[in-house]
Amino acid sequence: MGIIHPSTKDFDQLLQTNEVVLVDFWATWCGPCLMLAPIIEEISKKYEGKAVVAKVDVDVERALAEHYQIMSIPTVLVFKKGELIGREIGAAAASVYETMIDNAL
Amino acid sequence: MEPIMTDIAIIGAGPAGLSAAINAIARGKSTRVFSTKNNYLERAARVDNYLGMESISGAALMDSFRQHAKSLGASLETGQIITILPVSDYFMLNFKGTIVQAKTVLLAIGAAKQKLLLGEKQFLGQGVSYCATCDGMMYRGKKAIVYGLADEAVEEANHLQQIGVNVTFIAAQQRPVDLASAVQFISGAVTAIEGEKIVQAVRVNETPIETDVLFILRNVIAPTALCKGLSIKDGFIAVNRDMETNIPGIFACGDCSGKPLQIAKAVGEGLIAAQQASKYIDDQKK
Repeated sequence: MGIIHPSTKDFDQLLQTNEVVLVDFWATWCGPCLMLAPIIEEISKKYEGKAVVAKVDVDVERALAEHYQIMSIPTVLVFKKGELIGREIGAAAASVYETMIDNAL
Repeated sequence: MEPIMTDIAIIGAGPAGLSAAINAIARGKSTRVFSTKNNYLERAARVDNYLGMESISGAALMDSFRQHAKSLGASLETGQIITILPVSDYFMLNFKGTIVQAKTVLLAIGAAKQKLLLGEKQFLGQGVSYCATCDGMMYRGKKAIVYGLADEAVEEANHLQQIGVNVTFIAAQQRPVDLASAVQFISGAVTAIEGEKIVQAVRVNETPIETDVLFILRNVIAPTALCKGLSIKDGFIAVNRDMETNIPGIFACGDCSGKPLQIAKAVGEGLIAAQQASKYIDDQKK
């Protein structure tokens, strides 16, 4: 499936229909977000079929970013059964996100 | 454009960083040295305990260190590294918004005496930010307070104002001459950060001022904010005798890795760190 790019209106459905979802909030002008991109890409491949990996551009989906109080990017959220269970602010190593997903699986 | 991979990215251009640079070059490794203009030794009136250099000023010693490094072809670049991110077998560094790639990272960032503000840790990422160029765009049309504790702070405040943020600049001294006229200025200190889940106000000289974000701009970023997961022991970056940190490929030397905070120790550790980083690179190839 690869990385998906949900809009504000289909975000809830994404959370409802998938067990574990990792969402990377980012923007095109954000240096650390670009650094994180290849790591998120790797994670989406590694967890193919187990967890859904999504990216949300905070400039495009402002309402979504505001709803989740994204105040610094990148911020990565992990949801389990629609419930927010993890928040990591700033770019971190792949292992940090893997642990978050593993805890949810 | 794919950035070019440097063998050793050295952060800090004091005695440890420059010693590391010349020794890395001696081992045939490519290096880039990144540092802010802030340097403690530069301000020392007199140094009396560095062998062979009797009663020399800190500024003169730093000059000769820099000349030596430059004469060997070291590239010294001015600006702050904001993030270090390990990626499989290399590192990405955020240098003033551009991405630098390096096989190893050598931290020689010195030991800044910095006290966190009340609420700083709690609100980091929830309205407290260290990087105006990273997060500024999130606050277009909103209120920001920039606490200027570093030389580059004025530039960052002006940048925020330019992209449409309503900026108030706070610094101990008088209004800086190069601060954009649209930026409000308060002379004083930030004493506390307040809010519930996110920042709502900042106390300046004990008076609360409403804001959406506080940018704290210091000369030195705390090592753990620079690189997540870095081990700290007694307030210094934890290293072994090979100057290895807990993260493979990241080395630390000089004041940031512990006492005594002395030039001779920093120069020696810079040598070890550069040699070990070189060895690490060579071992990776095998």
